[in-house]
Amino acid sequence: MSIALFCIGVAGVLTRRNAIIIFMCIELMLNAVNLLLVAFSKMHYHALAATNPNAGIDGQLFVFFIMVVAAAEVSVGLAIIVMMYRNTHSIDVNFLNRLKH
Amino acid sequence: MGITQVLFWFLSILAILSAILVVVSKNPVHSVLWLIVVFVAISGHYILLDAQFLAIVNLIVYAGAIMVLFLFVFMLMNLNADTEPQKNRWLKIAGVVTGGALLLVLVAALKKADMKAQLAEMGHGNIGLIHNLGAVLFSDYVVPFELSSALFLSAMVGVVVIGKKD
Repeated sequence: MSIALFCIGVAGVLTRRNAIIIFMCIELMLNAVNLLLVAFSKMHYHALAATNPNAGIDGQLFVFFIMVVAAAEVSVGLAIIVMMYRNTHSIDVNFLNRLKH
Repeated sequence: MGITQVLFWFLSILAILSAILVVVSKNPVHSVLWLIVVFVAISGHYILLDAQFLAIVNLIVYAGAIMVLFLFVFMLMNLNADTEPQKNRWLKIAGVVTGGALLLVLVAALKKADMKAQLAEMGHGNIGLIHNLGAVLFSDYVVPFELSSALFLSAMVGVVVIGKKD
Protein backbone atom coordinates (compact mmCIF):
# COMPACT_ATOMS: atom_id res chain seq x y z
CA MET A 1 0.00 0.00 0.00
CA SER A 2 2.80 2.38 0.87
CA ILE A 3 4.68 1.30 -2.23
CA ALA A 4 1.60 2.00 -4.31
CA LEU A 5 1.31 5.49 -2.85
CA PHE A 6 4.97 6.15 -3.55
CA CYS A 7 4.65 5.01 -7.14
CA ILE A 8 1.56 7.15 -7.69
CA GLY A 9 3.65 10.03 -6.45
CA VAL A 10 6.47 9.21 -8.88
CA ALA A 11 4.03 8.88 -11.77
CA GLY A 12 2.48 12.18 -10.80
CA VAL A 13 5.81 13.96 -10.84
CA LEU A 14 6.49 12.54 -14.26
CA THR A 15 3.09 13.18 -15.79
CA ARG A 16 2.19 16.67 -14.69
CA ARG A 17 3.72 19.92 -15.74
CA ASN A 18 2.04 22.07 -13.16
CA ALA A 19 4.71 22.91 -10.61
CA ILE A 20 2.30 22.80 -7.70
CA ILE A 21 0.93 19.39 -8.59
CA ILE A 22 4.51 18.14 -8.73
CA PHE A 23 4.96 19.55 -5.26
CA MET A 24 1.91 17.73 -3.95
CA CYS A 25 3.21 14.49 -5.42
CA ILE A 26 6.43 14.99 -3.50
CA GLU A 27 4.34 15.32 -0.36
CA LEU A 28 2.61 12.08 -1.30
CA MET A 29 5.94 10.28 -1.53
CA LEU A 30 7.10 11.64 1.81
CA ASN A 31 3.91 10.42 3.42
CA ALA A 32 4.30 6.98 1.92
CA VAL A 33 7.73 6.72 3.50
CA ASN A 34 6.35 7.94 6.81
CA LEU A 35 3.67 5.28 6.76
CA LEU A 36 6.23 2.60 6.04
CA LEU A 37 8.42 3.81 8.90
CA VAL A 38 5.55 3.68 11.35
CA ALA A 39 4.57 0.19 10.20
CA PHE A 40 8.12 -1.06 10.59
CA SER A 41 8.45 0.53 14.00
CA LYS A 42 5.33 -1.37 15.01
CA MET A 43 6.79 -4.64 13.76
CA HIS A 44 10.10 -3.93 15.48
CA TYR A 45 8.28 -3.20 18.70
CA HIS A 46 6.53 -6.52 18.53
CA ALA A 47 9.77 -8.37 17.87
CA LEU A 48 11.66 -6.77 20.74
CA ALA A 49 9.03 -5.64 23.20
CA ALA A 50 9.97 -8.25 25.79
CA THR A 51 13.55 -7.09 26.20
CA ASN A 52 13.36 -3.41 25.35
CA PRO A 53 10.17 -1.52 26.08
CA ASN A 54 11.30 1.36 23.90
CA ALA A 55 12.02 -0.69 20.78
CA GLY A 56 10.55 0.87 17.72
CA ILE A 57 10.27 4.35 19.13
CA ASP A 58 13.08 5.52 16.87
CA GLY A 59 10.96 4.97 13.79
CA GLN A 60 8.23 7.24 15.06
CA LEU A 61 10.75 9.92 15.95
CA PHE A 62 12.21 9.73 12.47
CA VAL A 63 8.74 10.27 11.10
CA PHE A 64 8.48 13.30 13.33
CA PHE A 65 11.72 14.72 11.94
CA ILE A 66 10.64 13.98 8.37
CA MET A 67 7.50 15.99 9.00
CA VAL A 68 9.57 18.88 10.35
CA VAL A 69 11.85 18.90 7.33
CA ALA A 70 8.89 18.54 4.94
CA ALA A 71 7.14 21.53 6.46
CA ALA A 72 10.23 23.70 6.04
CA GLU A 73 10.74 22.41 2.50
CA VAL A 74 7.16 23.14 1.51
CA SER A 75 7.32 26.70 2.77
CA VAL A 76 10.54 27.42 0.88
CA GLY A 77 9.30 25.67 -2.26
CA LEU A 78 6.01 27.53 -2.32
CA ALA A 79 7.87 30.81 -1.90
CA ILE A 80 10.02 29.92 -4.89
CA ILE A 81 6.93 29.01 -6.93
CA VAL A 82 5.23 32.28 -6.04
CA MET A 83 8.32 34.20 -7.09
CA MET A 84 8.50 32.24 -10.34
CA TYR A 85 4.85 32.99 -11.01
CA ARG A 86 5.45 36.66 -10.34
CA ASN A 87 8.22 36.71 -12.90
CA THR A 88 6.65 34.60 -15.63
CA HIS A 89 2.88 34.56 -14.96
CA SER A 90 2.88 30.83 -15.54
CA ILE A 91 3.48 27.75 -13.45
CA ASP A 92 4.67 25.66 -16.34
CA VAL A 93 7.93 24.00 -15.35
CA ASN A 94 9.00 23.76 -18.97
CA PHE A 95 9.40 27.50 -18.89
CA LEU A 96 12.47 26.90 -16.75
CA ASN A 97 14.16 25.31 -19.74
CA ARG A 98 15.37 28.78 -20.45
CA LEU A 99 17.65 28.52 -17.44
CA LYS A 100 20.12 26.55 -19.51
CA HIS A 101 20.82 29.35 -21.98
CA MET B 1 -12.28 -10.38 9.80
CA GLY B 2 -12.24 -8.02 12.73
CA ILE B 3 -13.10 -4.38 12.77
CA THR B 4 -9.45 -3.34 12.54
CA GLN B 5 -8.99 -5.32 9.37
CA VAL B 6 -12.08 -3.81 7.83
CA LEU B 7 -10.83 -0.37 8.80
CA PHE B 8 -7.39 -1.11 7.36
CA TRP B 9 -8.73 -2.12 3.98
CA PHE B 10 -11.19 0.73 3.88
CA LEU B 11 -8.49 3.29 4.67
CA SER B 12 -6.05 1.74 2.22
CA ILE B 13 -8.49 1.80 -0.65
CA LEU B 14 -9.55 5.32 0.25
CA ALA B 15 -5.94 6.52 0.33
CA ILE B 16 -4.95 4.91 -2.94
CA LEU B 17 -8.04 6.08 -4.80
CA SER B 18 -7.66 9.64 -3.58
CA ALA B 19 -3.96 9.60 -4.42
CA ILE B 20 -4.79 8.61 -7.97
CA LEU B 21 -7.39 11.37 -8.08
CA VAL B 22 -4.79 13.86 -6.83
CA VAL B 23 -2.66 13.10 -9.83
CA VAL B 24 -5.35 12.92 -12.51
CA SER B 25 -7.75 15.71 -11.58
CA LYS B 26 -7.58 18.72 -13.85
CA ASN B 27 -8.45 21.40 -11.34
CA PRO B 28 -5.61 22.05 -8.88
CA VAL B 29 -8.03 22.91 -6.09
CA HIS B 30 -9.64 19.48 -6.44
CA SER B 31 -6.16 18.00 -6.22
CA VAL B 32 -5.58 19.73 -2.91
CA LEU B 33 -8.89 18.53 -1.54
CA TRP B 34 -8.13 14.94 -2.54
CA LEU B 35 -4.71 15.29 -0.96
CA ILE B 36 -6.42 16.22 2.30
CA VAL B 37 -8.43 13.00 2.04
CA VAL B 38 -5.17 11.08 1.57
CA PHE B 39 -3.69 12.66 4.68
CA VAL B 40 -6.75 11.90 6.76
CA ALA B 41 -6.61 8.27 5.62
CA ILE B 42 -2.92 8.09 6.53
CA SER B 43 -3.70 9.53 9.94
CA GLY B 44 -6.23 6.77 10.39
CA HIS B 45 -3.52 4.28 9.56
CA TYR B 46 -1.28 5.82 12.20
CA ILE B 47 -4.01 5.38 14.78
CA LEU B 48 -4.43 1.75 13.72
CA LEU B 49 -0.67 1.33 14.17
CA ASP B 50 -0.76 2.82 17.69
CA ALA B 51 1.02 6.01 16.76
CA GLN B 52 -1.52 8.40 18.23
CA PHE B 53 0.80 11.36 18.56
CA LEU B 54 1.93 11.08 14.96
CA ALA B 55 -1.67 10.84 13.80
CA ILE B 56 -2.57 14.10 15.49
CA VAL B 57 0.61 15.82 14.30
CA ASN B 58 -0.06 14.61 10.77
CA LEU B 59 -3.57 16.02 10.86
CA ILE B 60 -2.48 19.36 12.27
CA VAL B 61 0.65 19.90 10.22
CA TYR B 62 -0.29 18.41 6.87
CA ALA B 63 -4.05 18.55 6.57
CA GLY B 64 -4.14 21.81 8.48
CA ALA B 65 -1.14 23.96 7.85
CA ILE B 66 0.44 22.78 4.64
CA MET B 67 -2.83 22.37 2.76
CA VAL B 68 -3.95 25.84 3.80
CA LEU B 69 -0.63 27.10 2.46
CA PHE B 70 -1.28 25.37 -0.86
CA LEU B 71 -4.78 26.82 -1.06
CA PHE B 72 -3.46 30.29 -0.31
CA VAL B 73 -0.98 29.99 -3.13
CA PHE B 74 -3.75 28.88 -5.50
CA MET B 75 -5.88 31.84 -4.55
CA LEU B 76 -2.90 34.14 -4.94
CA MET B 77 -2.31 32.91 -8.46
CA ASN B 78 -6.00 32.68 -9.38
CA LEU B 79 -5.61 29.31 -11.03
CA ASN B 80 -8.29 27.18 -12.59
CA ALA B 81 -8.54 24.30 -15.01
CA ASP B 82 -8.15 26.52 -18.07
CA THR B 83 -4.70 27.76 -17.22
CA GLU B 84 -3.50 24.25 -16.58
CA PRO B 85 -0.45 23.53 -18.75
CA GLN B 86 -0.78 20.36 -20.78
CA LYS B 87 1.86 17.83 -21.52
CA ASN B 88 1.63 15.84 -24.69
CA ARG B 89 0.10 12.41 -24.53
CA TRP B 90 3.27 10.36 -24.99
CA LEU B 91 4.89 11.98 -21.98
CA LYS B 92 1.85 11.14 -19.86
CA ILE B 93 1.87 7.53 -21.01
CA ALA B 94 5.59 7.31 -20.36
CA GLY B 95 5.12 8.65 -16.85
CA VAL B 96 2.39 6.15 -16.03
CA VAL B 97 4.43 3.28 -17.47
CA THR B 98 7.47 4.32 -15.44
CA GLY B 99 5.46 4.48 -12.23
CA GLY B 100 3.87 1.11 -12.94
CA ALA B 101 7.24 -0.46 -13.71
CA LEU B 102 8.67 0.84 -10.45
CA LEU B 103 5.67 -0.59 -8.59
CA LEU B 104 6.16 -3.94 -10.29
CA VAL B 105 9.88 -4.07 -9.47
CA LEU B 106 9.37 -3.12 -5.83
CA VAL B 107 6.56 -5.59 -5.29
CA ALA B 108 8.55 -8.36 -6.97
CA ALA B 109 11.61 -7.57 -4.87
CA LEU B 110 9.74 -7.40 -1.59
CA LYS B 111 7.45 -10.35 -2.09
CA LYS B 112 10.00 -12.81 -0.84
CA ALA B 113 11.10 -10.63 2.06
CA ASP B 114 10.83 -12.21 5.44
CA MET B 115 7.54 -11.09 6.92
CA LYS B 116 7.24 -13.63 9.69
CA ALA B 117 7.60 -11.02 12.40
CA GLN B 118 4.92 -8.88 10.89
CA LEU B 119 2.07 -9.93 13.13
CA ALA B 120 1.40 -6.33 14.03
CA GLU B 121 -1.40 -6.67 16.51
CA MET B 122 -3.44 -3.58 16.93
CA GLY B 123 -4.38 -1.80 20.11
CA HIS B 124 -1.39 -3.04 22.03
CA GLY B 125 1.77 -1.21 23.03
CA ASN B 126 2.12 2.36 24.06
CA ILE B 127 5.22 3.72 22.35
CA GLY B 128 3.09 6.11 20.34
CA LEU B 129 1.95 8.13 23.33
CA ILE B 130 3.30 11.62 23.84
CA HIS B 131 4.82 10.75 27.20
CA ASN B 132 7.11 8.05 25.84
CA LEU B 133 7.93 9.84 22.61
CA GLY B 134 8.82 13.01 24.45
CA ALA B 135 11.05 11.24 26.93
CA VAL B 136 13.13 9.71 24.14
CA LEU B 137 13.03 12.84 22.02
CA PHE B 138 14.52 15.01 24.73
CA SER B 139 17.07 12.48 25.94
CA ASP B 140 18.50 10.64 22.93
CA TYR B 141 17.50 12.99 20.13
CA VAL B 142 18.24 16.41 21.57
CA VAL B 143 20.82 17.36 18.94
CA PRO B 144 18.60 16.57 15.91
CA PHE B 145 15.77 18.38 17.64
CA GLU B 146 17.81 21.53 18.06
CA LEU B 147 19.13 21.19 14.52
CA SER B 148 15.58 21.03 13.20
CA SER B 149 14.72 24.21 15.06
CA ALA B 150 17.73 25.89 13.42
CA LEU B 151 16.52 24.53 10.07
CA PHE B 152 13.11 26.05 10.67
CA LEU B 153 14.64 29.41 11.49
CA SER B 154 16.74 29.37 8.35
CA ALA B 155 13.73 28.31 6.27
CA MET B 156 11.74 31.20 7.69
CA VAL B 157 14.47 33.69 6.90
CA GLY B 158 14.86 32.21 3.42
CA VAL B 159 11.15 32.49 2.67
CA VAL B 160 11.11 36.11 3.76
CA VAL B 161 14.16 36.90 1.62
CA ILE B 162 12.71 35.13 -1.43
CA GLY B 163 9.32 36.71 -1.04
CA LYS B 164 10.62 40.24 -0.51
CA LYS B 165 12.46 40.93 -3.71
CA ASP B 166 10.27 41.45 -6.74
